[in-house]
Amino acid sequence: MSRFPARRSAATAAVLVLGLALSACGSRVDDAGGGATAESCVDTSGDSVKIGFLNSRSGTMAISENTVFNSLELAATQINAAGGVLGKQLEIVAEDGASEPTVFAEKADKLIRDDCVAAVFGGWTSSSRKAMLPVFESNDALLFYPVQYEGLESSENIFYTGATTNQQIIPALDYLKESGVTSLFLVGSDYVFPQTANKIIKAYAEANGIEVKGEEYAPLGHTDFATIVAKVRDAGAAAVFNTLNGDSNVAFFKEYKNLGLTAETMPVLSVSIAEEEVGGIGVDNIVGQPVAWNYYQTIASPANEKFVADFKAAYGAEKVTSDPMEAAYTSLYLWKGMVEKAGSFAVPDVQAAADGVSFEAPEGTVTVNGENHHIAKTALIGKIGADGLIYTEWSSDGPIEPDPYLKSYPWASGLAG
Amino acid sequence: MSEFDTAASRVSALRGRWAVLVGFGVAAVLLFAVAPAVLTSFRLGLLGKYLCYAMVAVGIGLAWGRGGMLVLGQGVFFGIGAYLMAMHLKLADAGADGVPDFMALISSSGVPGWWEPFRSGWVTLVAILVLPALLAALLGLATFRRRVRGAYFAILSQALAAAFAILLIGNPTATGGSTGLNNFVGFFGFSLRDPVNRQMLYFIAAGVLLAMLLLVRQLMVSRYGELLVACRDSEERVRFLGYDPATVKTVAFAVAAMMAGIGGALFVPIVGIISPNDVGIVPSIGLLIGVAIGGRTTLAGPVLGAIAVAWAETSLSEQFPSGWTYAQGLMFMLVVAFLPGGLASLGAVRGLRRKIAAADPTVAAETADGDPAPVPATEPRHAHGGAQA
Repeated sequence: MSRFPARRSAATAAVLVLGLALSACGSRVDDAGGGATAESCVDTSGDSVKIGFLNSRSGTMAISENTVFNSLELAATQINAAGGVLGKQLEIVAEDGASEPTVFAEKADKLIRDDCVAAVFGGWTSSSRKAMLPVFESNDALLFYPVQYEGLESSENIFYTGATTNQQIIPALDYLKESGVTSLFLVGSDYVFPQTANKIIKAYAEANGIEVKGEEYAPLGHTDFATIVAKVRDAGAAAVFNTLNGDSNVAFFKEYKNLGLTAETMPVLSVSIAEEEVGGIGVDNIVGQPVAWNYYQTIASPANEKFVADFKAAYGAEKVTSDPMEAAYTSLYLWKGMVEKAGSFAVPDVQAAADGVSFEAPEGTVTVNGENHHIAKTALIGKIGADGLIYTEWSSDGPIEPDPYLKSYPWASGLAG
Repeated sequence: MSEFDTAASRVSALRGRWAVLVGFGVAAVLLFAVAPAVLTSFRLGLLGKYLCYAMVAVGIGLAWGRGGMLVLGQGVFFGIGAYLMAMHLKLADAGADGVPDFMALISSSGVPGWWEPFRSGWVTLVAILVLPALLAALLGLATFRRRVRGAYFAILSQALAAAFAILLIGNPTATGGSTGLNNFVGFFGFSLRDPVNRQMLYFIAAGVLLAMLLLVRQLMVSRYGELLVACRDSEERVRFLGYDPATVKTVAFAVAAMMAGIGGALFVPIVGIISPNDVGIVPSIGLLIGVAIGGRTTLAGPVLGAIAVAWAETSLSEQFPSGWTYAQGLMFMLVVAFLPGGLASLGAVRGLRRKIAAADPTVAAETADGDPAPVPATEPRHAHGGAQA
């Protein structure tokens, strides 16, 4: 040891420092209040207020999330041109979630604690939302999440402006049942949204006498569907319920067409294919297939015609508008409505004012449910036309009240876990 | 070679020792006093995350820089440490006999049997220290005994990282799938929402990193360290002298794996999430790039390189959302092409040139792009060994 006195003293110093540091401990989990949460640092003293946009601008989800970013930008530009929110101009801080849950969590933390934004808008995959949820809860901040999802969640700190299951998947099942479908095959990507959705679908099927003839999962990004499509064909179900996400849909529908299956022989109802994705899959491969959403570009209403025209004017005449884009656009206006009703940007005030705030959205009138932070939306089943747009085929009787935990459905009693 | 050579004079050894002592002193002051004083709690948390990467980098420096093993899959060991810790935190949050929230959502079969032991904090801590090292030791013995080296070993380690990520994604009920594990409330009884506890985690990471550096410094100057460098530079001769290179390399590989596992275990409470994206091929290579840029054969190079690359990633991705990956690739190519010893060799290159120039001005020009530290880590001549396997 005498050869290296330096090492020994350095080690002693390190141990001492560690010991000192450890002796100054913070609160325990079981302490009352669970430790102090960070105080909000939002600055509302000037002429502007910061808001954060957090979308994947790189990685596999970039193609979808860039469109959401654009429609958020459009809404912010329009709001600023009309005088801002409570007289303050919106200042956008944009961050890239890079299609990775960990990055979403880190960037959300940065937007809240470093940039001090009043609210964050964004996220797409359920993975990204689940990664961000604890960050927003522990900092008591607000996230507006614009994509349909698997339900069974309701956080004080998130506003869900996409559909929950009783506004998309269950109406889609009702539609299939009404059109005489007695058996289903489930195909999905291997992650939390399809798995949870299929759990709900199976419970519905059991209660409604529909036979589930098979359930297959493929990893996200998987593109070899020969085996799965062959199983689908051989199972002979009346229809396929498709919860595949991303590129996998391209390969799935090409293979489906190759094996001679069509929308007439065995329809594939998809819940993650919107106008934006149809072009990538190829209209020929998917024409006539049903999809379930709450908004299509073809909706005839003054609010939608203005939204579509403004979007094309800002980003190009060849662009299409889709459900998540519309939900994101709507989310910014809903936040504006909540802030103006509350007369304050503070999170507790916005939460308290949220109930009943409504907006003439492109999809129709939407209203915030203050209890579960979702919004009432009309379910629409559409069919993909030869021009690549989606045309409404079936619609629910007016907006459906959000029910993320499916409490009003007796057959779903065992699902909430 | 370096100041640790057997041939090095006592004077230079003494000077090296003082340099190391001063370096540790400066690092300790920076980490424990300066950083907490000047950084916001958010930035300090990020630095804590970089320190976890730096722990992996210290191990890579030992295995690759000193031992010549191109470890392309350290994400596996990082991931094992991280997931072990995450499993324990999830189980602790769920309470006695509780089921973690994500499991209840997609499955109804309860907690898998192999999760149960990690309800105990002590079992988890021991597993974090032992499992990555044990896996590396088994893998090392299996490959090095068969004289699998160079590119073959690199490909093997990389494939392991890919397989590990696929395994995690494919078992969502047990591992959280592509979302991974997150939403941790407590850390061994302490609330993770309390800023004081978060700062404490940063101090623990800083302390552990310094301890690892001391350990590696000790290994580097020991007889074992010399043997390891000898294995890197000429494995056949080491064997000829009667040593077993497989054992020598396995020890370094296992130590590197253990460090990666500890880094992963601390990453979880500091960052608050672990997902397959953090343990697969891409992050494994990202760590390696940091080490290459910093200088893989030195003690401080890998640490500074890993921290610098992670820091650059954060700040560049804040400025240019999708440009970061290009910048990272460009940096790596520049370093490999023009500075194979990493940034750590910059000073040494200049110092050597000055020394030579003083002795003989005509030689100076010839060594302009020379690199004083030997870096034959993955030269093709090592690769032939794989064919004998």
